[in-house]
Amino acid sequence: MTDAIIQIQKVNKWFGDFQVLKEIDLDVKAKEKIVVCGPSGSGKSTLIRCINRLEEHQKGTIIVDGIEISEDTKNIEQVRAEVGMVFQQFNLFPHLSILDNCSLAPIWVKKMPKKEAEKLALQHLEQVQIVDQAQKFPGQLSGGQQQRAAIARALCMEPKIMLFDEPTSALDPEMIKEVLDVMVNLAKQGMTMIVVTHEMGFAKEVADQMIFMDEGMIVEKAATKDFFANPKNERTKLFLSQIL
Amino acid sequence: MTINHMDFFKPKHQKNRNICLIMGVLFFSIGILDFYLNTYFNTNITSFLPRIINFFTPLIFSVIGLHLIRIEFSGIKILDNLNKNINTSNFNAALSTSIILLIIFAAPPLLNWLIFDANFAGNTKEACTGGGACWVYIKVWFNRFMYGMYPNAEQWRINVTFIAVLALMSVGFFVPLKLKKYLTIYYTLLLPLFSFTLIYYLISGGEFGLVWVETGAWGGLSLTFIVSFFSLIFCFPIGMMLALGRRSDLPIVKYSSLSFIEFWRGVPLITVLFMSAVMFPMFLPDGTYVDKLIRVVVAITLFEAAYTAEVIRGGLQALPRGQYDAAKSLGMGYWRLHLLVILPQALKLVIPGIANTFLALVKDTPLIFVVGLLEVVGMLNLAKTNPKWLGFSMEGYVFAGIIFWIICFSMSKYSQNLELKYKTDR
Repeated sequence: MTDAIIQIQKVNKWFGDFQVLKEIDLDVKAKEKIVVCGPSGSGKSTLIRCINRLEEHQKGTIIVDGIEISEDTKNIEQVRAEVGMVFQQFNLFPHLSILDNCSLAPIWVKKMPKKEAEKLALQHLEQVQIVDQAQKFPGQLSGGQQQRAAIARALCMEPKIMLFDEPTSALDPEMIKEVLDVMVNLAKQGMTMIVVTHEMGFAKEVADQMIFMDEGMIVEKAATKDFFANPKNERTKLFLSQIL
Repeated sequence: MTINHMDFFKPKHQKNRNICLIMGVLFFSIGILDFYLNTYFNTNITSFLPRIINFFTPLIFSVIGLHLIRIEFSGIKILDNLNKNINTSNFNAALSTSIILLIIFAAPPLLNWLIFDANFAGNTKEACTGGGACWVYIKVWFNRFMYGMYPNAEQWRINVTFIAVLALMSVGFFVPLKLKKYLTIYYTLLLPLFSFTLIYYLISGGEFGLVWVETGAWGGLSLTFIVSFFSLIFCFPIGMMLALGRRSDLPIVKYSSLSFIEFWRGVPLITVLFMSAVMFPMFLPDGTYVDKLIRVVVAITLFEAAYTAEVIRGGLQALPRGQYDAAKSLGMGYWRLHLLVILPQALKLVIPGIANTFLALVKDTPLIFVVGLLEVVGMLNLAKTNPKWLGFSMEGYVFAGIIFWIICFSMSKYSQNLELKYKTDR
């Protein structure tokens, strides 16, 4: 498949003796939305962290937008600039205002003039509907607002791909919706997305493909409708029966 | 039943409260009075009691007094404040009373020595009569304590330099917002350079018609400032690089930083200073000479840099891993990640630790006497051996103590200000 923007082939990863990823194969096409689910410890976070090399894989190849991810730091920085990531714990920079959080990377990594970067930041903050909080510091915002700011921060790098690592798991229930709404909007605009989440409602609405992982392997991969209507694997069935 | 519940002294009814209060105040006053008479008039009003009880009577009476006036809510503001702050339990009352008694014991003689019996007037040792401190000594030697052996006629040069350096240091307060980003470069590169040039040409002299004064003649408080100033300015960036180096992935960088830090932390400063004086010249080719003041400053800088590095490393480790992840995921490389995201947060966290190290540095400067440089304490030690002024070491050390306290206290206050200023989160 040459039209795949992310190609993952036979990827293996160990933490010491423990194998977290076993022979993972995955192709993601441009504009495709993939939701990864599975029990905790199944390697789903590790998998998406390998895509922008926050974790190293020991065997196999990962090619993102034509660039192979390897030891070469130049390549990695190039890939990271094209792949946005949103974390469970938001990881906003607490010493900077929301606006500075968003404009920091465009200014210093993309060498964008400050005025332009701030304009861009405000535009993306507008998109996630917290433009009125731009001058505040992360500590002054609610969890939902912080996560939306984190999404805006990633978008400011104008990435081709967005990775979401359990973006709603650290949020209070009433704030989950505002974050998911932003993500649904983003999906509608045609962003390529890989989302690790337990929000099955969101998955049904947005995902093209569902992936179920367990013990470091992709157990089941199917189009969303099939995945929920008639899961083939026993473990998938069990998991779905518990989570739905 | 704890001691607090032994309410046998206290009347149960509200109406007896006033009696309780009066009795309490009476007991407390007797306790204090007893102690006062005992200490200053050698009369013991409770001498009829056995000695062991007799010794503790002030404390016992005061605590009983405080116990009696401990009332839930009296409506009398002073009393309520007293109860809330120093009289919450019998133990607390005993502790507070002990401290009050200690102050009564120590404060008047101390004040007498420092001020009331002290001698301020006159210019010779003979002016010092009476039992108090002889501040005349400090007055006569003041000039030496400030400037060391620097020739009197040339001392204006030191003053001018200090005012100039202070002006250079305060630049940060006046620059417009646009130039703020260059301040780091200014403080780490330009300021040391300018100050060094100023000190070199003005204090050292030898050119522009100024008499040359060798560094051996520099001394006193001005030398304390010079040594501390350069050590502080240089030890911070060096410490920062060492802290980063120690956490580096590159083995050579990592282990050289590690061994550097462990070497300097493992050696006493006084040894380092000796080495700078005795061993260092052996490594130099014949004929080259590095001034001993410079050698000493370098030694202190490297020594304190090792400590600063460990303090900063503590801050680096306190940051959650997510901060690194987030910065990396935005495409930042090592330097951008550290300069833009990690260090600003880590340094903010370690302001108290760095202030601690810097205070220690300032207080370590007297050790430079081992290479023959006499800053303010060194000058004191010299002055106290002067045959005309024997026997005033106490005044000298009190004076030095006060000077160092003022310097350190202002630094500590400044660091607290910085902490408040950069507190944007948490």
